Amino acid sequence: MSERGHAGRRNLGAAPAIEEEPAICFDRATLAYSDRVVWSELSLTVRPGEFLAVLGPNGSGKTSLLRALLGLAPLAAGQLDVLGRPPRRGDPAIGYVPQHAGFDRDIPLRGRDLVGFGVDGHRWGFGRLSRDGRRRVDAALEAVAARPYAEAPIGRLSGGEQQRLRIAQALVGEPQLLLCDEPLASLDMRYQQEITELIGDWARQKRGTVVFVTHDVNPVLGYANRVVFVVNGRWAAGSTDEVLTTETMSGLYDAPVEVLRVRGRIVVVGEASGAGFDIDEPHHFPAPLGAHQ
Amino acid sequence: MIDQLIHMLGYEFVQNALVAGVLVAVVAGLVSRFVVARNMSFAVHALAEVGFTGSAGFILIGLSPVLGLLTGSMLTALFIGALGLRIRERDSVVGVIMAFGLGLGVLFITLYPRYSGEAFAILLTGAITTVSRGDLMLLAAVAAVTIVGLGVMYRPLTFATVDPLVAEARGVPVRLVSILFLLMLAAAVAEAVQIVGVLMILTLLITPGATAERLTAQPGLATVASVGIALLATLGGILLALVTAVPVSFYVTTVAFVCYLAARAGSPLLESLGARRSAP
Repeated sequence: MSERGHAGRRNLGAAPAIEEEPAICFDRATLAYSDRVVWSELSLTVRPGEFLAVLGPNGSGKTSLLRALLGLAPLAAGQLDVLGRPPRRGDPAIGYVPQHAGFDRDIPLRGRDLVGFGVDGHRWGFGRLSRDGRRRVDAALEAVAARPYAEAPIGRLSGGEQQRLRIAQALVGEPQLLLCDEPLASLDMRYQQEITELIGDWARQKRGTVVFVTHDVNPVLGYANRVVFVVNGRWAAGSTDEVLTTETMSGLYDAPVEVLRVRGRIVVVGEASGAGFDIDEPHHFPAPLGAHQ
Repeated sequence: MIDQLIHMLGYEFVQNALVAGVLVAVVAGLVSRFVVARNMSFAVHALAEVGFTGSAGFILIGLSPVLGLLTGSMLTALFIGALGLRIRERDSVVGVIMAFGLGLGVLFITLYPRYSGEAFAILLTGAITTVSRGDLMLLAAVAAVTIVGLGVMYRPLTFATVDPLVAEARGVPVRLVSILFLLMLAAAVAEAVQIVGVLMILTLLITPGATAERLTAQPGLATVASVGIALLATLGGILLALVTAVPVSFYVTTVAFVCYLAARAGSPLLESLGARRSAP
């Protein structure tokens, strides 16, 4: 894109033809927690309607990138604009889908209530939804086809059903920007596909911008028009074909890494020195916690 | 027995006890929902026990034990809030503070010159019938502040409790809400100790919320049910105690426990009814 690369970090691809206010603009942004630099000098522009996949091994700062966009993690240096302004907490124009964590079986909460939090959960008071609020909840449930189980206790639903409700919760506020933090983690293949389609179709229909953090790029290959790969404080951005190459990835990891394309899937194989990392292997089945380390 | 009860209701101390019971039950029922959802039973115990220390300290210097209790539990809440907001840390922080707080309590009891035991035993097992008009006023004021406070932050507190990550992303000040809730919990504990004492505090701060969870998946209804159960246990306990010679706290714990067992036994039934209703 139009950004210039920095030592060890690269932006690949051509500059955008039309000048348009970007949805997200990182300008030499650095994020650090006390003494540890998570990533530095990140320059990246995401245009409205783009689907950006954020890739990288665990602990590379993918979630921190979302926290910066949400206004929850201030930058140590550089600049960040979200929808044309500095990020601020609770921006109603931003929807957020977290990693699937699962609800307690007995929690008194229904899908409808979860989506309702997306309407006014942040507002002080007792919070009885207005008629308009209830209508919006119904529409959001409809949009993700979650009406059949909207009244059921949420703890009894499957992971895929819970994630659908989370998407409805994020979209009920009609955001322009949707931030997804590993929304596919611990879902099986079928649900991964369904959830990705829901998010991708929303982006296409509403021309919404998506930032999608994932450790496996394959489920989003059909939707992501840009990727940024973050590792060890370094990063590379561009199209999938530009970033996920043997050359770029080896440069990022500073170690021999091979990128293979097998039957329409991308597999990254490598042995990096020191970092003890796990590059995204094809991830067909939910692995038990820690099995990938 | 009914005659005896009606006769008893004429006494001022009985009326005081019932008014105090209603106030305490409403606060405890509301707070209990969140105590259960936030896994805070250990914190409840610490607030009550260090509240006991506060009370002992105030008795020692000749001030109101109710005020001392409130001071003790509030200070504990502030300590817990300042030192251990992260869930992983919280248990150890609570334990550390509780241990030291109880140590202080032992000191205060030892320093107390007159009859040992009696005044402190009351704190441990509850003695709602000894509540004076002045204490009642204090209880009412604290209850009013707590109920209003919970009303104001009910929605974001619920959001932050069931879905903290998204709540934070949506702009709920999760940290502030946690600390405010701890303070309200401290107030609720100080109130409930009046009825059931330090030792049986959980019967009003856990059992109603835990029972309500078994009855409905609708969060608003669960809160109403929790308050209802707290009222039933408290008022039922006070009335039963009036006509027998057994302390109030025994009956409160019994009524609450019976409610819980009934809900456990009945929830499969409720579930099958609900499933039939929502089936197409």
